Amino acid sequence: MMGVPLNYIARNLWSRRLTTLLTAGGLALVVFVFATVLMMDEGLKRTLVTTGELDNAVIIRKGAETEIQSGIARDQAGIIEMHPAVAIGAQGRRMVSKETVVLISLLRQGDNKPSNVVIRGTSDMGFLLRPQVRIKAGRLFHPGTSEVIVGSSIAARFNDTGIGQRLRFAQREWTVVGVFDAGGSGFDSEVWGDADQLMQAFRRNAYSAMVVRLADSSRFEAFRADVGEDPRLAQEMKPEQTFYSDQSKALSTFINVLGLTLSVIFSIGAMIGAMITMYASVASRVGEIGTLRALGFRRGAVLWAFLAEALLLGIVGGVAGLALAALMQLASFSTINFQTFADLSFRFILTPGIVVRTLLFAVIMGFVGGFLPAFRAARLNIVDALRAV
Amino acid sequence: MQPVVEIRNLAKSYRRGGQIVPVLTDITLDIQRGEFTALMGPSGSGKSTLLNLIAGIDKPDSGHLRVGGLDITALGEGELADWRSRNVGFIFQFYNLMPVLSAFENIELPLTLTRLSRAERRERVELTLSLVGLSDRKDHYPSELSGGQQQRVAIARAVIADPVLIVADEPTGDLDRQSAADILAMLQRLNAELSTTIIMVTHDAHAARTARRLIYLDKGELMLEPPTI
Repeated sequence: MMGVPLNYIARNLWSRRLTTLLTAGGLALVVFVFATVLMMDEGLKRTLVTTGELDNAVIIRKGAETEIQSGIARDQAGIIEMHPAVAIGAQGRRMVSKETVVLISLLRQGDNKPSNVVIRGTSDMGFLLRPQVRIKAGRLFHPGTSEVIVGSSIAARFNDTGIGQRLRFAQREWTVVGVFDAGGSGFDSEVWGDADQLMQAFRRNAYSAMVVRLADSSRFEAFRADVGEDPRLAQEMKPEQTFYSDQSKALSTFINVLGLTLSVIFSIGAMIGAMITMYASVASRVGEIGTLRALGFRRGAVLWAFLAEALLLGIVGGVAGLALAALMQLASFSTINFQTFADLSFRFILTPGIVVRTLLFAVIMGFVGGFLPAFRAARLNIVDALRAV
Repeated sequence: MQPVVEIRNLAKSYRRGGQIVPVLTDITLDIQRGEFTALMGPSGSGKSTLLNLIAGIDKPDSGHLRVGGLDITALGEGELADWRSRNVGFIFQFYNLMPVLSAFENIELPLTLTRLSRAERRERVELTLSLVGLSDRKDHYPSELSGGQQQRVAIARAVIADPVLIVADEPTGDLDRQSAADILAMLQRLNAELSTTIIMVTHDAHAARTARRLIYLDKGELMLEPPTI
C-alpha cells in the first residue's frame, strides 16, 4: 500500500507549531517523570551492586536482612574465619573482615536536621577486601584510636565531617582523619572506624557481619552449606553483590510502584491531550482527507498518515522529556534506604535500556492518543468529506 | 468504438432524516473517449452525484456503470481507490490543494501512488508545470498563489498520472471572469491536444458552451431536449 508522503505528515505538525509544542510539552513532562523514575531505580541499584565485590561473600545471622539486625558472636566468627574456603593473603593472613555496623545520627548541612548514617567498624582487611575504597584526603584511622574516616557523600553533606573536626557519638568524641572515595558505591554514605574501638564504645560483644574473600569462587556453595548447617553457626551467607542489591529491593519496589503509577496517571492526561490535538487536526482537515481519498489514497494510508503524525508528536515529546531527564545525571541525591534506615547517596543514571524504554513509552502514548482520531479520519465518507471544503 | 463511460439504468438515493430521497433515477448514458461533456442542471438535480458515481467516489443503489470497460460498481473499497489513482483526475471548485505542500509537491501527489522513481516523477511534474504555465511558481505554497493559479495547479495534478478521464466539479465557480476563461481555455486545449475525456459539472452557461457536448439533468433524470441556453 502506498502511503501519504512523510513531508505532508511532518509539515502538518509544523504548520500547527503552537498546538504541537504544547501537546509535545505535555508528553515530554510525563516522559521526564517516567525516565527519572527508571534512572533513580538504576542509580540506586548500581550504587548498591557496586558496593559488593565479585569474590566476596557476606555472612550475617540467619533471618537478618541487614548488617544492622545481625549479630555474630566472637567464637562463631573464629570458626568461620578458619574455614578452608577462605582465601589466604599476604603474610598468611586470612582474608576476613569482622565488622560491626551501627546507625548513628548526624546533622545534615544546610537544614541541620538529623539523619541516620551507617558507622562501620572494620580493620585494614576491610580495605583490602574492597579495593574500590580509596583514601581521597587525609589518612586511614589508626587501630586502637578514636579516629574515623568518612565517605565522600558524608563529607559533602553532613556537619563536622571535615578532616580535623570532631563527631560526638557513643559517649565519645571521634576525630575525622580522612575522607574516602568508594567509587559511587553505598560505602560513600558511611563512616568507618576501628572495629574494636567502636564495639567498646557501643558496648557490643558481637560483630554485626563478616566479609570473606573466597579462595575459589566455585567453593561458594559448599562454604554456604557449611556455614548454614553447622549448628554452632547457623549463619547465612550471600555473595556480597547479591547481599547489597537485595538491600535495595524494598526501596526499588517503592520507587517503581509509586513512580510508575504516577507516570501511568500522568500519561492518561497526556494521551487525552494528544487525542484532543489529533481530533482537532482531523476536524480541520476533513476536506484534505476527502481529497486524498479521491486521489486514490486508501483508508489505510489515511489512517497511517494521522497515526504517524501522532507518533511523531510522541517522539518529539519523548526526545524532549529524555533530554530533560538526562540533565538529572548532573545532580546527586540522597534518600533513606527502607531496609537499613540509613541515608544513602546516589546519582540518576541513564542507560541505553532506559532510553529505549522511555522512547517506546512516548511512542505508545502517541499511538494511543492518535489511534481513535486516525481511525475517524480513515472512516470518513469521501463525498461528505469533500463537501466540508 | 466502445464508450469510455457506459451507464445503464443507474439509480441513487440518499437517506435524510429517516426518509429516502431519490437523487438519480434510471440514468442511461454513454460518453465517448475524447469527449468534453458539460453536465448542467439546477441545484439538487443530481449532477454532482452523477459525477461522483462516474469518478468512483460514491456507489449507486442499482444499475450498471462501466468506465474504461470495467464495471466499477463491483470493485471493493481498496480496489476502487487504486482504480481512481490510475484512471481519474479530479478538479474541484475550491481547488482542494494541500496547504502544506508546494505547487510542485501538490502536482506530484498522485504520482506517489505509482511505482515511478523520484527522477521520473520530477521530470513529469516539471513537464506538467510548463503545460499549465507555472514553472516559475513551483515552490510556492497554495496560500501564495491566486485562485486561477491554484486551479491551474489542480489541473496539473489531475492530468499528471495520465488518467482515462478528468472530472471537474464547478471548476470555475470560485474564479473571476478572466481566470475562469483561462481555466476553460486550458481544459479545451487539454481535450483538443491530448484527447483527454473531460466531464464537467457547471452552473455557468458560458462555461458549459466550451464543452463539445451538453447533458442536462433535472430532478435526477436526464432531459432529452436540454433547455435553450
